[in-house]
Amino acid sequence: MNAVVPRDILITLANAGVTRGGRTLVSGVDLTIARGEIVTLIGPNGSGKSTTAKLATGVLKPTTGTVTRQPGLKIGYVPQKLSIDWTLPLTVERLMTLTGRHAPADIDAALEAVGARRLLKAAVQELSGGEFQRVLFARAMIRKPDLLVLDEPVQGVDFSGEVALYELVRQIRDTTRSGILMISHDLHVVMAETDTVICLNGHVCCRGTPSAVKRSPEYLKLFGERAAHTLAIYEHHHDHEHHDDGCVVPEGHEHGHDGHDHEGHSHVR
Amino acid sequence: MFGDYFSRALIAGIGLALVAGPLGCFVVWRRMAYFGDTMAHSALLGVALSIILSMNMTLGVFAVAALVAGALIVLQRQATLSTDALLGILSHSTLAVGLVLVGFLTTVRIDLMGFLFGDILAVSVEDIVIIYGGGVAILAILILAWRPLLASTVSPELAEAEGLRPEASRLVLMILMASVIAIAMKLVGVLLITSLLIIPAATARRLSATPEMMAVVAAVLGAIAVVGGLFGSRTWDTASGPSIVVMALVIFLLSLTVPVTRLFGRRETHGA
Repeated sequence: MNAVVPRDILITLANAGVTRGGRTLVSGVDLTIARGEIVTLIGPNGSGKSTTAKLATGVLKPTTGTVTRQPGLKIGYVPQKLSIDWTLPLTVERLMTLTGRHAPADIDAALEAVGARRLLKAAVQELSGGEFQRVLFARAMIRKPDLLVLDEPVQGVDFSGEVALYELVRQIRDTTRSGILMISHDLHVVMAETDTVICLNGHVCCRGTPSAVKRSPEYLKLFGERAAHTLAIYEHHHDHEHHDDGCVVPEGHEHGHDGHDHEGHSHVR
Repeated sequence: MFGDYFSRALIAGIGLALVAGPLGCFVVWRRMAYFGDTMAHSALLGVALSIILSMNMTLGVFAVAALVAGALIVLQRQATLSTDALLGILSHSTLAVGLVLVGFLTTVRIDLMGFLFGDILAVSVEDIVIIYGGGVAILAILILAWRPLLASTVSPELAEAEGLRPEASRLVLMILMASVIAIAMKLVGVLLITSLLIIPAATARRLSATPEMMAVVAAVLGAIAVVGGLFGSRTWDTASGPSIVVMALVIFLLSLTVPVTRLFGRRETHGA
């Protein structure tokens, strides 16, 4: 499929970086997200995952390099953690129109798609973690976003819930053809459908398909030998119909030309 | 109908309550109660300064309250003291400086008690014009900016990622609060202003299923508190401003006795 349809590139980060108050939050990030692609950012706390995502969404301006977004790009955002105070009465129905107006039929359809139609009138405070996460997915999807940004979507969800959410992400990608940028704190689980995994630690340490990253020496250095044994790639049952396309970077290629050397960095924090 | 002081007080009080209720919801949702108190306390400094500079008092109070809000934002960025401590410093020092300045004003005799606790029975027709003019402007801005204000209250990150501007929303809210404080000071006084923002909103929470409903209910409950408080103060010859607050408290306590039958937020038991 990728071979016939040209990549419709939504966002391009070229050597992008952010320095704030003399501290470099992230530097030298090259990244493209095209329609229908899933890009996953992994890395330890403070490695610049959120900063990179904010560069992509336009919340932060790059201090070095450039960020190019398709004009009129619509972004749907699923936040990492959203605790809604009891003092704010909010039903699922009302949450769906938080950042924009939507017709009741669209709200029903979006909730139906994540299997949360029956929660329409429920107060958000009484939802379980998994239910709330599904509702947040529906809320982001109803905007028909070109790019869906998922900030640690499976945090605080048990394993079966996690598998269900990844399944949902896959469905969203297949049905809406949105580009998906996923931030994952969990170093050990990455969706097999991910087109590109990017390991960050202040800069791009390694990148490639999940299976390529798992074998890369930079990944091992960053997360330790043990991580390599535990990096589970969540695979869907008809996995790997898509082939590893051009964005798979064999070790040494994309690393060579940007000129940073790994010896100079300390990955131990 | 503007003829006697009592109807003027009723009209002015109701006008204020209709604005304070919806805005008070944001104060409750965003946990800005202490912040509101700090801005209100600075109003006395605004009074003193506007007398010294012989400028319009409502404008003076608004300017000082807005400046204090701005100062807090700047100090928060320094991140040396906690917001809590900063508010405590600003709140009491602006009140104290205001009191000291008022003491220096020998040329004008000002009714200090009136500014601290309000004097709603002394409201003039001109005051009513200011309250309704300002009130309509505040409500109009609140309605126009409602969606971004609410979205950035629920989650600033989410609002920002989806193209809204939470920092601007925060600024709008602060300006609206400074405005309400400026028009409310004469009625209930600097020490009691925040109660009109918070108590009706807190009462409305138990009776509402959506943010919009809570805003409307808070406005109505505030108006009821004003009417009840004023009639109470006439009947028992009590101070009018505090009577309104006591009435608001009574309504709040009554709302607690409403059984928590889940009127709202019920799940559908059938369907998908």
